Amino acid sequence: MDNNLNLTRWERIKDSDIYHSFIKSPTAIISSAILFIIFFCSFFIEFLTPYTPFDPSSLSLMDAFTPPSWTEDGLAQFILGTDGQGRDMLSTILYGCRISLIVGFAAIIFSLILGVGLGLTAGYFGGKYEMVVMRLTDVQLTVPSILMALLVDGIARGLISREMHDEMAIYVLIFAIGISEWPQFARVSRAATLVEKNKDYVSASTIIGVSNIVIMFKHILPNIMRPVLVIGTIGLALAILAESTLSFLGVGVPPTTPSLGTLIRLGNDFLFSGEWWITFFPAIFLVILAFSINLLGDWMRDTLNPKLKK
Amino acid sequence: MSFLKIKNLSVDYQMRKETVYAAKNVNIEVNKGEILGLVGESGSGKSTVGNAIINLIDEPGKVSGGSIILGDLNIHENSESIIKYRGNKIGLIFQDPQTSLNPILTVGDQLIETIQTHLNLSKEEAKNKSINLLKEVGIKDAEKRFNNYPHQFSGGMRQRVVISLALCCEPELLIADEPTTALDVSIQSQILDLIKKLTKERNLAVILITHDMGVIAETANRVAVMKSGNLVEIGETKKILTTPQQSYTKSLVSSVPPTNKKISRFVIVEKESKNKENNIKILNRWTKKEITKQDLVQVKNLNKSFDDNFFTENSKNSVLAVNNVSFEIKEGESFGLVGESGSGKSTIAKMIVNLFKPSSGDIFFDSTCITKIKNRSELMKFRKQIQMIFQDPYSSLNGRLKVKDIISEPITLHNPSISNSDLNNYVYDLLDSVEMTQKSADRYPHEFSGGQRQRISIARALATQPRLLVCDEPTSALDVSIQAQILNLLKDLQEQLNLTILFISHDLPVVRQMCDRIGVLKDGKLCEVSNTEDLFSNPNHEYTKELLHLMPKIESIYN
Repeated sequence: MDNNLNLTRWERIKDSDIYHSFIKSPTAIISSAILFIIFFCSFFIEFLTPYTPFDPSSLSLMDAFTPPSWTEDGLAQFILGTDGQGRDMLSTILYGCRISLIVGFAAIIFSLILGVGLGLTAGYFGGKYEMVVMRLTDVQLTVPSILMALLVDGIARGLISREMHDEMAIYVLIFAIGISEWPQFARVSRAATLVEKNKDYVSASTIIGVSNIVIMFKHILPNIMRPVLVIGTIGLALAILAESTLSFLGVGVPPTTPSLGTLIRLGNDFLFSGEWWITFFPAIFLVILAFSINLLGDWMRDTLNPKLKK
Repeated sequence: MSFLKIKNLSVDYQMRKETVYAAKNVNIEVNKGEILGLVGESGSGKSTVGNAIINLIDEPGKVSGGSIILGDLNIHENSESIIKYRGNKIGLIFQDPQTSLNPILTVGDQLIETIQTHLNLSKEEAKNKSINLLKEVGIKDAEKRFNNYPHQFSGGMRQRVVISLALCCEPELLIADEPTTALDVSIQSQILDLIKKLTKERNLAVILITHDMGVIAETANRVAVMKSGNLVEIGETKKILTTPQQSYTKSLVSSVPPTNKKISRFVIVEKESKNKENNIKILNRWTKKEITKQDLVQVKNLNKSFDDNFFTENSKNSVLAVNNVSFEIKEGESFGLVGESGSGKSTIAKMIVNLFKPSSGDIFFDSTCITKIKNRSELMKFRKQIQMIFQDPYSSLNGRLKVKDIISEPITLHNPSISNSDLNNYVYDLLDSVEMTQKSADRYPHEFSGGQRQRISIARALATQPRLLVCDEPTSALDVSIQAQILNLLKDLQEQLNLTILFISHDLPVVRQMCDRIGVLKDGKLCEVSNTEDLFSNPNHEYTKELLHLMPKIESIYN
């Protein structure tokens, strides 16, 4: 135990059970490798590709509807082909992926803060406040999240002028997805808080005279973060899918800065005229992204849950 | 010729970082009609030996050597023979009667199922046999109770049912793994008597695994002492307990609190602590109060009821956990509260430290009623003076904070202007006072053992320089030798710091060692309060007499 103190941070990580379980799980390694590549490519896409799909002056309609490079009519410079305006599909997808990831992360962080805040206080204080919060989550859960998001979007369109709307669309989307995901966080964090608040270390702090706010955020919050992070990872995949669904339905981000869902919708028009790649590649990309996040989330849940440990 | 022979048994657990030897070359023999006590502290491998006999070692553990011979058969030769023997020739009793019965089957169904698995009997015959068994283990109205579900039995009755299950296929060897640890002392003695009776009547060979030396002294014919996987000593119970040969056995025996006299300190054989005077470094920070022998705490007509239903706040169903309790604690004394589980002792403690509000009645501290304080700053003054030590050292420390942060939290809270270097020194002094090294400050609680965690917990409680220390079963989760060290520490601290202690326990011998005066609680009511020596030599209340009579006494070996 003594030598434990002298280890560097990296050595401690290498010594931990989580690292060990990661190394032993091919699913976790492959899915996190895929995610790393996707994250890296979509956030550094400016430096990786010569194309700027959203600069109309750089596009040439001559290149429109080029099929993927390995087919008969394909061109080597457009690996996954081009769309109706001659944009390179691969770089368009990666730009779109960036929008999807930003919306997904922001929405999940928003609902995490809202849900954990409400769940933690509800579990800690109990009584009527808890009942109100938990009934609110029940009501929220009876409204399908897509419907909720459509509702928020509809209200936002009514309130914001048309020109403003395209600019604001991404924030509306984040809010709409976030507001429909928070009940999960509230439920999980309330349940975990109920367990933690009955432990003696919370009593000890109360007896010392520590205030409720400090007990909640310094003592209980770090102890309930594990289940919350697991829900958060799986929720991230859901949020990305929700974003794509909304954009596919046309109420998400505008086509000028398309996300994966917008790309699928735009490509959908060409599906039956033979240009399958315009919708197929964004769709398959979305599947891979969501699947990898889910697999990673599953692995995290199994590893972080002491009950499932062998 | 002994009935069960364990020869050179070794059990290994292959872990990721190391191989743990749970048992190393253990040799034990058990005869028919005899109870062999297997004692040791947690992690000594006593349960491992029991599990190895029935081949119930969990992955990744495995039996790596040796043989187990039952009668004239080596039962580990093939895995099929052990399945035939388990339940048939070998019966098992587990620690927790709450979980060892299936809650959705009636007791009768479980007995019949077990009997029919092993014996070739019709359903009717099996039923008759199970009713006879239930009668044999002392369950009244066995015909009626046969159709009851486990939750309709009390803890002691449920353990009797478990015993009847273990006996239902006429086993010749009975393994009882801590059969009474989860039970109250009055039920414990009944169960032990039952096991003794059955051993004689059925000529069983019994292995009784326990950590309680009192239980061993009262039941076992021979005793085997284990320590970290090794068999330390084996022999006649009387011989081992009175004239132990090995130093480990000596220290184990000397750590057991004697039930018949009060001793000033426990003798720690293995490591005798250094010069005591230097240790209490926090003494010079302490504003020492004169011992006035006046009442520090007065509890008057205290009541507490729990309403578990939101909608029926004033219903008659509410349980009265504490019922009209009144007592006083004088400054500088140790007051003990004794009672079985559910007697309301912890509830009283939590009301005194102001975690719950009483339903009615008052608690006075230093002549101020602390139950009616609304003002936060007013309350903080009392929070500072009343601190608590908890039962479970694993849940009483926040695992996400370093020891340093845990101990400094109360200091900075009550003295926000303290300088960083002064704070560090204070934390080190506190750690010193509970005999921990300064290095521990930078570690996390999970790196420490139960006893060390309890020391950290004590250091945290001392940080606000309290006058009253409420100890709620501070040692019941600890091994007996660690218990002795912690009790010694509490005694030293009390002596030097003039602490007033409210000591809550179900363990009479421990209370006897710690307390000046004792109150006995039963079902929320205070039966009697008297001086420790009077209580033990001359109890007034019926319930106290019963408790004293039933508690397992290590001294019984001398009679």
